Amino acid sequence: MSSERRKPRLAVFKFASCDGCQLSLLDAEEELLAVAEAVEIAYFPEASRAMSRGPYDIGLVEGSVTTHHDAERIQLVRRQCRTLITIGACATAGGIQALRNWAHVEEFVRAIYATPQYIRTLQLSTPIAEHVQVDFELRGCPISKHQLLEVITATLAGRKPNIPTYSVCMECKRRGTVCVAVAKGVPCLGPVTQAGCGALCPAYARGCYGCHGPMESPNTTSLTTQLRIWGRTDAEIVRAFRGFNAWAWQFRRASEECERS
Amino acid sequence: MNRPSKTVKVDYLARVEGEGALYIKLKGERVEDVKLKIYEPPRLFEAFLRGRHFSEAADITARICGICPVAYQMSAVHAIERALGVQIDPAVRALRRLFYCGEWLESHALHVYMLHAPDFLGYADAIQMARDHRAEVERGLRLKKIGNRIVALLGGREIHPVSAAVGGFYRTPARSELQPLVEDLKWALDAAVATSRWVAGFAFPEFEQDYEFVALCHPGEYPLNEGRIVSNRGLDIDVSQYEDHFQELHVRHSNALHSVVRGRGSYLVGPLARFNLNFSRLPETARQTAAECGITPPCRNPFRSIIVRAIEMVFACGEALRIIADYEPPPVSRLEARPRAATGWAATEAPRGLLYHRYELDEQGLIRAAKIVPPTSQNQKRIEDDLWGFAAQIATWPPEELQWLCEKAVRNYDPCISCATHFLRTEVERSEL
Repeated sequence: MSSERRKPRLAVFKFASCDGCQLSLLDAEEELLAVAEAVEIAYFPEASRAMSRGPYDIGLVEGSVTTHHDAERIQLVRRQCRTLITIGACATAGGIQALRNWAHVEEFVRAIYATPQYIRTLQLSTPIAEHVQVDFELRGCPISKHQLLEVITATLAGRKPNIPTYSVCMECKRRGTVCVAVAKGVPCLGPVTQAGCGALCPAYARGCYGCHGPMESPNTTSLTTQLRIWGRTDAEIVRAFRGFNAWAWQFRRASEECERS
Repeated sequence: MNRPSKTVKVDYLARVEGEGALYIKLKGERVEDVKLKIYEPPRLFEAFLRGRHFSEAADITARICGICPVAYQMSAVHAIERALGVQIDPAVRALRRLFYCGEWLESHALHVYMLHAPDFLGYADAIQMARDHRAEVERGLRLKKIGNRIVALLGGREIHPVSAAVGGFYRTPARSELQPLVEDLKWALDAAVATSRWVAGFAFPEFEQDYEFVALCHPGEYPLNEGRIVSNRGLDIDVSQYEDHFQELHVRHSNALHSVVRGRGSYLVGPLARFNLNFSRLPETARQTAAECGITPPCRNPFRSIIVRAIEMVFACGEALRIIADYEPPPVSRLEARPRAATGWAATEAPRGLLYHRYELDEQGLIRAAKIVPPTSQNQKRIEDDLWGFAAQIATWPPEELQWLCEKAVRNYDPCISCATHFLRTEVERSEL
């Protein structure tokens, strides 16, 4: 009876990102103190100056890899974490900074910095799974804090997280939102985007911009055809797929096909 | 005499948003070098914004910072509206102020309670602090939640809200939707006053600097979305003249550009600057709270900025209540903006200070060039200048305390290095003569 179980150790790591996804943990205002009782928050520099060394039971990784240093660091992080979960569009798809992947990064750097030789960065912004094995990828720009709590809870319980992989359209129907695409001809990525946001954009009278990334088996070709029928130019369609999940392969293929045609 | 030399190193400075490092070199009691290094990998926003449509700028630039996305959205839409000659409806203007009040409340509560107060009370973080100060931490979390609730109500979600649009909002709320916020905000107003009293009771290091404070100034209101750029050294300019008066320098040790006032040097943006330059425009409750807390302009002690943040929470709650009471929905949620080749500028007051955007658009509405100057890059040189003075003042302190105090001095600025970095590592190198 007296053998109290050791608390699982949680760590949060940041790569190239806006900090928004790890902030989701602090934004779980009602659950935060309870989470802190269920796990030992062993490493979370944004929140604490107490930083314990690994190994950790759960590692949450935010951000994409854009430097040589970070490409090495993610290997060390992987070795320290029993379960590694990526959180957000940067970590799972390269993020908005992956727009550099279609340009010359040297030209990008020259456009901003007076002394480009001080800046060290890679040509590509890549998701964590291109570097190490990832146990679970949580989508979203930003992630949903409810989904984050579900993933942490499921991992602690040793079960598969209950994260739906169907499209935003399902959430729109459930919410009772009139389809902005059908009713108003507003371009919407909802049919190819994974649910999780609660179908926010259509509820705010605009089209989905794909911040939760591609759903399971999205039919991007059909959406492209429909967008053309509605009079969208190829340049507009390319921009629509090249958003916060531009480098996710399904969206990447869709934008490149559109560019080639 | 061969006196021992000492090196104090901290590998990570925590409780800031983003990654950076601090390097301080001391020789005896003399400070030899201070560098705030920003390692955050550059994400190159200004480069990939080129070729994007103006309607995308608010959503894209929000992703510079997960802590203050509303600030980026507001500076972006205002700059583009100026380029396209769009005059927003007064009700939209009021709603945008409400949106911003939500972000100030959320961001200031986060910084005051979770990032900065633990320094004053000697805890590694707010969770440890909660063991002894549970009621205060819970009050802070509830304040933060109420700020987030305002942002989520107007924008769909707290982080990267989806409603801000050129010309207005994609959707504006009905009067009845705002009413449920009133009870929460009344509680929050009292809680913000209580917060001010609580933090005013902390012990503050004796440390003052002769700052150039820079903030927006508006004749009739405490600045959020609009105003001229003003300083206590006589600067008083339209936002379009920003680049004539401020210069960004690229230094080797940082991936963020350093800003200076041309011909003068470093300057300070953020709560302390707003408070000192706009004190008379604070509502009565906020001014009274300030008086009770013994803080009056000019306040030149950067450690006391935690009190000013709390007073700005008092302002934000009062302003939000006033806006909700007067709100009538605009006739249309957003005005149409016709593309034309033009340049537009805007600066708004992010929680951490002045946030400047400039966009050059072509006749199709595509962005030809963009420039974004976040508050933390403007404060970066000022943080270093503070540390030159402050580290000298405490040079003889024991290493662990010296290091913690230097970290605390950096956190006075609530630096958001994501707007420019990713970890902050403190390194103090000491040698004696």
